[in-house]
Amino acid sequence: MNSKRTELKVQAIRTGTVIDHIPAENTYRVFSMLSLEKSTDHVYFGTNLESKKMGKKGIVKISNKFFEPEEISKIALVAPHATLIEIRDYDIVRKYKITLPEEVHNLVKCVNPKCVTNNQQVPTHFRLITDHHGKTKLACLYCEKTMSISDIQFL
Amino acid sequence: MIQLKNRDLISITDYSKEEILKVLDIAEDFERDQRQKILTNYVIASLFFEPSTRTRLSFESAVQYLGGRIIGFASADTSSVRKGESLKDTILTVSNYSDLIIMRNPLDGSARYASEVSPVPVINAGDGSNQHPTQCLLDLYSIRKTQGTLENLQIALVGDLKYGRTVHSLVQALSLFHATFHLVSPESLKLPSGVKKWIKDAGLEYFQYTELSEVIPFADILYMTRIQGERFPDPMEYEKVKNSYILNNSMLENSKESLRILHPLPRVNEISEDVDDNPKAYYFQQAKNGVYVRQALIAAILGLKE
Repeated sequence: MNSKRTELKVQAIRTGTVIDHIPAENTYRVFSMLSLEKSTDHVYFGTNLESKKMGKKGIVKISNKFFEPEEISKIALVAPHATLIEIRDYDIVRKYKITLPEEVHNLVKCVNPKCVTNNQQVPTHFRLITDHHGKTKLACLYCEKTMSISDIQFL
Repeated sequence: MIQLKNRDLISITDYSKEEILKVLDIAEDFERDQRQKILTNYVIASLFFEPSTRTRLSFESAVQYLGGRIIGFASADTSSVRKGESLKDTILTVSNYSDLIIMRNPLDGSARYASEVSPVPVINAGDGSNQHPTQCLLDLYSIRKTQGTLENLQIALVGDLKYGRTVHSLVQALSLFHATFHLVSPESLKLPSGVKKWIKDAGLEYFQYTELSEVIPFADILYMTRIQGERFPDPMEYEKVKNSYILNNSMLENSKESLRILHPLPRVNEISEDVDDNPKAYYFQQAKNGVYVRQALIAAILGLKE
């Protein structure tokens, strides 16, 4: 199955942003993380779509929406290999792979209940690191504990 | 160029190998002459939000021997924390009254946060289960003093290697000095893989054991730690292993002449009292070294010793 036919399974948008190559299991997470249930514009999403690169993928299309860098950092944490496609009048004006940020400021809650950030009014701050299995993890700059991407809770 | 003036010490990894060695060298100077009155015009804040015997008293002793004044509290109950004052407000207030803040706080990461807020330098005297860098410095001082070097030693770490923060910091620090690590622990209290990664990343070797007797013949340092029963999910497992990590005098017969036994204290029963009179027992002297190391750190951070 080629990628063109896959994309046609989800309605095209006139102006807005397409988030492609979301890991299928995180499609709903991207949806809720961006509070798309509150959007009053057209939002389309598909999941478990065939992908040559990923096996199964998710895709979200949001009308009249262009993302700020902070929102892109958020998306990157749960969909580190996603592609963002910005569309105006059905034309692709920009297409780029998102990259994981080196640091994450005040976006994510620390998993350690005894961390100072969970007990005082301290903005969280994490550095992204690669663990001994090659997996990306978030290291809290305060309590120095690391957590997996799957444990992320957004603030 | 080594510059410790106005630096915080929150985590042992904040300091380079050269900076660590600098502190140890200054500590030797204080061991030769402990009563150098260099702090006479200084006020040091000692903020202990939770109880401590050795750390608090050795910091306070360090300041007093240097002729400095101490302000602060020994428990959160006697400060405005009890009224709900935030850590930020406490630190900002106390920094108006002192040249340096020494803090122990039960929250992980509280020391890093205090250092960000405070205009005066902060020394971490223990932040929850996270870091206790001055313990690490005094361990290094004790190892260097007893072995004549920190390089290429056979270091046996015994007991609770999973939760013991002093062990984790010591592994990180000794990885700078080409140590070989011999890790003796019950299966469920092995050194976390993240800490083992430090050893591997430094290109060094570690070996894991479940029997204490296996490492005694070749160890240069036997670093004992307490195994806490409550760490075991299954009390039966604790009952099975608890006696296998108790060091007694007869077990030391085949050890090296230069072996020294360290323990961060308090001990419960993991070192029998019959070891105390053995010249290889070094844990009380180790606690004494804590005063010299803390004097050195305070003097270096205030720019009074280089």
